[in-house]
Amino acid sequence: MKHLLINLVSRGTEMNFVGFRSDVRTLDEPTWLTKNTMAAGFKTAEPLEYHRSFLKENCRPDGRELGEFRTTTLNIGSISTADGSALVKIGNTTVMCGIKGELANPPVDAPNKGYIVPNVDLPPLCSSRFRPGPPGERAQAASQFIADVIESSAVIQKEDLCIVKGKLCWVLYCDIMCLDFDGNLLDACLIALLAALKNARLPEVTVNKETEAPEVNLESRRSLNIHKHPVGASFIVFDDSIMIVDPTAEEESLSTATITVVTDEEERLCALHKPGGTSLSGEKLQNCISRATTRHKEVRKLIDKVIQSAKTPK
Amino acid sequence: MPSSLSAQNKNKRRQFPATVFWFSLGIVMEVCGSSSPTLREFGCEQNLLSRPDGSSSFVQGDTSVLAGVYGPAEVKVSKEIYDRATLEVVMQPKVGLPTVRERAREQCVRETCKASLLSTLHPRSSLTLVLQVVHDDGSLLSCFLNSACMALMDAGLPMSCLFAGVTCAIDTDGQVITDPNAAQEKESRALMTFAIDSTERRVMMSSTRGSFTVHELQQCIAVSQKASDKIFQFYRDSVRRRYSKTL
Repeated sequence: MKHLLINLVSRGTEMNFVGFRSDVRTLDEPTWLTKNTMAAGFKTAEPLEYHRSFLKENCRPDGRELGEFRTTTLNIGSISTADGSALVKIGNTTVMCGIKGELANPPVDAPNKGYIVPNVDLPPLCSSRFRPGPPGERAQAASQFIADVIESSAVIQKEDLCIVKGKLCWVLYCDIMCLDFDGNLLDACLIALLAALKNARLPEVTVNKETEAPEVNLESRRSLNIHKHPVGASFIVFDDSIMIVDPTAEEESLSTATITVVTDEEERLCALHKPGGTSLSGEKLQNCISRATTRHKEVRKLIDKVIQSAKTPK
Repeated sequence: MPSSLSAQNKNKRRQFPATVFWFSLGIVMEVCGSSSPTLREFGCEQNLLSRPDGSSSFVQGDTSVLAGVYGPAEVKVSKEIYDRATLEVVMQPKVGLPTVRERAREQCVRETCKASLLSTLHPRSSLTLVLQVVHDDGSLLSCFLNSACMALMDAGLPMSCLFAGVTCAIDTDGQVITDPNAAQEKESRALMTFAIDSTERRVMMSSTRGSFTVHELQQCIAVSQKASDKIFQFYRDSVRRRYSKTL
């Protein structure tokens, strides 16, 4: 792969940096170093052409194939102060999710339900493209997407969060924070959310009959009832035709369209989110859906394995 | 209002008459039977505001949206893109301030318009699309898309294709309802909105709510593509009617 990589890059440089190359050659550097320096220059000056030269050979600058996800790692229970938490890494993209339960009065229009409040935060820490201040459009759109997925997939039935009908219920604050932004935010957020929900253990609450005050027993905790497992797979369209899965931030910025498909374990779709961009044929959409179902199995296996290993004492 | 300005406005009106054109599907439905998707009665008025460079009001049943386009105009340096125009979409709800939901919809409409507009023809300039909800009775996102497309057409901005928004709801019996009203939306098991492009009838935008099977998705896309034909025909008829008067 490395050989192919250098080969491609050098072909590109010949086209674009004829003058520049002679300059570099005067330096007495080993050939591979010269080529790397030029590759970096090529990448900065002509990012689109740089990516095209790789995609022509059915591979990507980081050595992946077009349908290949980056390595996904998962860690659960990393925040001890939260009721449930998870840390997910997809390549460089790092997302953390913490679940905090609070007691509240149920909504008036649905007295037998609780609340789930997701929030996605993209702090300036995670990428230079995000500024401090109120959440930007990207963060707001992501929050809305996560809320929609929770609603449509019914990952948790809101009735389960009710403690006393019309009087007391749980509010689950699902705070998702991106620590390192390198593309494919939505997939990472969904995995983090699902793993954190599976990890969450809420204390038992009883209502004192005399004073009607809720009493929380922190000693006995119960895990949540997870009904569905929504897992997402994101794709981008490059040059109106080439489909790539799991894009990096750079690939995302060069794409002409993005698609996120969320599936559950029954192979039903919970969301087909394509916010504009170039149009896609039904056949391509079908390809995305079938890739998303295989991805669902992979992620499901990963989550189960991590939860199992967390349970067994070391 | 100063008299000279109102006189100017009147003049403008006379030169480019606002076209009101209603498209009733009552007759079409009878002819085609149940095989063709039924949309609520829809209509559009273009060039109804004097200040924007393009404006339209799109009505689908009781849902109504007003759209205005400004541009190409000067752009803030921080938002300038060196090789294309910067498109901004602002959505105003009927009451209150825009919420997170509006921001997510703004993103959907903006990316759809971006893909159809030939924004490279106006580099370093700004395009602003303002969408105001007049009344929401279901299928709001599709109404946003349709009014946006009509307003962009009215502004005379170069576009590579037109687009039409169609909303489909799947009810508890598994029946597909196109262009549902608010009550039908509420009762539905799943709700999908697609933007279909005019050149190849492909899916430009998709936004869904609820869970559904792959087969149901394909069914809804097929129905939306069929329904989009009617909207494109309406676009064509209304533009033809409008310019037949001025030319």
